[in-house]
Amino acid sequence: MPKVLVVLAHPRLEKSRANRALLQRFPQHKDITLHDLYERYPDFNVDIPEEQRLLEMHDLVVLHHPIFWYSVPPLLKQWIDMVYAFGWAYGPGGVALKGRTCFHVVTTGGNAQAYTVDGFHGHTLNEFMLPLKRTATLCGMQWLPPFAVQGTNRMGNAELERMADAYSRMLTGFADGTITAQQVHGQGLLNEVVINMPMP
Amino acid sequence: MSGFLANAVVYLATAVVCVPIAKRLGLGSVLGYLLAGIVIGPYALGFIGEEGKDIMHFAEFGVVMMLFLVGLELEPALFWRMRRQVLGMGGAQVLLTALVLAATSTAMGFTWQAGLAAGLAFAMSSTAIALQSLKEKGLMHTAAGQGSFAVLLFQDIAVIPILALLPLLATAPADLSGEQHWIETLPGWQRTLAVLAAVGTVVALGRYVAVPFLRIVARTRLRELFVASSLLLVVGIALLMETVGLSPALGTFLAGVVLANSEYKHELESDLDPFKGLLLGLFFMAVGASINFDLITRAPGTIIGLTLAVMALKLGILLVVGRRAGFSFDQNLLFSVGLAQVGEFAFVLLAFIAQLALLNNEWTDTLMAITAISMTLTPLFMLLNEKLILPRFGTTERPAREADAIDEKHRVIIAGFGHFGSTLGRLLRANGVRATILDNDSDQVDLLRRMGFQVFYGDATRHELLEAAGAHEAELLICAIAPESALLLTETVHKHFPHLKLMVRARNRFDAYELMDQGVMHIHRETLHSSVAMGVDALKELGFRHYTAHRAGQNFLRYDEQSLKELASKRGDKADYISSIREKIAEQEELLTRDLLHDPSANDHAWDSDGLRHQPKA
Repeated sequence: MPKVLVVLAHPRLEKSRANRALLQRFPQHKDITLHDLYERYPDFNVDIPEEQRLLEMHDLVVLHHPIFWYSVPPLLKQWIDMVYAFGWAYGPGGVALKGRTCFHVVTTGGNAQAYTVDGFHGHTLNEFMLPLKRTATLCGMQWLPPFAVQGTNRMGNAELERMADAYSRMLTGFADGTITAQQVHGQGLLNEVVINMPMP
Repeated sequence: MSGFLANAVVYLATAVVCVPIAKRLGLGSVLGYLLAGIVIGPYALGFIGEEGKDIMHFAEFGVVMMLFLVGLELEPALFWRMRRQVLGMGGAQVLLTALVLAATSTAMGFTWQAGLAAGLAFAMSSTAIALQSLKEKGLMHTAAGQGSFAVLLFQDIAVIPILALLPLLATAPADLSGEQHWIETLPGWQRTLAVLAAVGTVVALGRYVAVPFLRIVARTRLRELFVASSLLLVVGIALLMETVGLSPALGTFLAGVVLANSEYKHELESDLDPFKGLLLGLFFMAVGASINFDLITRAPGTIIGLTLAVMALKLGILLVVGRRAGFSFDQNLLFSVGLAQVGEFAFVLLAFIAQLALLNNEWTDTLMAITAISMTLTPLFMLLNEKLILPRFGTTERPAREADAIDEKHRVIIAGFGHFGSTLGRLLRANGVRATILDNDSDQVDLLRRMGFQVFYGDATRHELLEAAGAHEAELLICAIAPESALLLTETVHKHFPHLKLMVRARNRFDAYELMDQGVMHIHRETLHSSVAMGVDALKELGFRHYTAHRAGQNFLRYDEQSLKELASKRGDKADYISSIREKIAEQEELLTRDLLHDPSANDHAWDSDGLRHQPKA
């Protein structure tokens, strides 16, 4: 069964209602690892060999982060910059990530409508997150659609609960093989796919 | 007793009057001492008479000490690297000079034996004058300084075979009965054996006895005992060398080289330096006083002419040697003019030559007068060279750029290598920064040296020790010694090494205030970072997110540094009259009050979506 690594990056998790809610339902599963970057590296001094070892032990890499100023938190960028090293992740002999799968779990304050060509931000989420996708594909990873929790600023508790439940089911599904990359590849948002899936 | 005191007063007073004047006039201390000697000598004021010669013998010990110190600065590895220069330049200079002088004097009607003897004596240059002048001008590290050093070193070593050679030149049976040494009564092979044994003893002493001995002495923490031991070491070796008929200067030089790698190097240097300086001063005064002006006034033209001729000849040969060594024009002039005099070893050799009756008394006196005059003239010539010739013909190349060849000085000096200093030192070393380390705990020094650190024993607040450790060349001095000493050290550094960047460890805020009063810019309180780090850890244990706790710690550090500066400026002269306990309580109160007003999270809302949620929509 595929092993799942959730790389969590939130500079102020204690202040984030949406992310706390998602993590509240984080599945206890032997094949799912939660890796909290801001907790592990408060001084940004990423332990490269350690992180590479961790990645090599997992098949599916889930980048879980909020979006702020249309980008990822600085420590996640730092982590990618340092860990996806030349000769390891890319370049000659850089095949460590090849064949793995990657996608991201994002929370945005603005709602889905704001992230459309005609919306407030004028671009889609995928457009904003293009660097992440390209980074993954350059390293030979398969890039899947995002699990996006949008409109968190105004999201009610019930809706948030539903999202947290989908988040938990999504991770467990990948770990158990009931959800596969082939199945969701090229689909819309992962959360929609999961929510529309029949309950086991 | 009163005779001794009176003599001491005469010497000291003259030195104290003449040397500053000479220095003020830009003549250097050596010329000052020589002039002082002439002034108090039998031909001017007549304060001292014939005893000048005895004093000279006593003061020759200054040369011995100087060579010990020179040896200390010369690590064996460096000495080995210089071997070609020493043999090549030194050998060429001594042989050429001796042969040309021998040929000239034979042509003047001397026997060839007498000519060769005089030539060998006159081939010597004055280590005392040349090195002292070069050091005073800070030229030791230039090509000229190194060349001079190499040549002088060769001469010092050459004295031994020359002393052995002179008896072979003697045509008349030598009259040695009076001063015959016990060692000279031995058959040849035993004598050789004794010499080898003595040299071996010096090396073994330096390597296996001196360091443990000094360590025991250092542990008593009695400064004067260390000084006494240093003197004992040098005097003992000199005595040993004299007993076997070797040059004491050479013996102590050897001991110095052996000790150059030890942790007591800088402490020995700084302890012996004042003695060396005083004795050398005395030596130069004695040289000045011993110039026989009677002889000169009888035939001034001959003596002065001969002196200038000898110096011109030596200068010519030195220029050739320097040229062959590839010196630039001005370096070559510095080198050659500095070594063109006849040196103090000539006194020793001439005395021996007189004993062997190779030359008559009249000539020996003349040659001694020439030696003394040439030594007196050297500082003048060096001055003329520097002020008149070099500016016109030289490239006025600043010597600073050619530094580093004799000794590898580090860019960083760490004073105090306890828990704080050593952690810092390890960090620097881990990043390829080598530092010269000073510490006054001999046990600690011993341990660290075994671990491969370059640590020296000594009191870092003394400017001699700092100087010996290379404070003139270093960029950064990190001070991690006790707070009271740290204040002394900053004072010393500001006074003597203003170019040095100072970083000082303070125990607490109060140390920091005092250091700030002294104008130290980089102050680190040793308790601050570790207590904040522990506070951050405590926050984490209490469930704070690690990044949040980390930032809180960083913010607190920034805030505390700032309040330190503000409170320091508010303190003003209150510090002088408020008793320290009361001051501490008042300070604490002020701090706690300020903390209440300080809100570290003010204006810090990034990533805070709770904040956003409550904003009314625009």
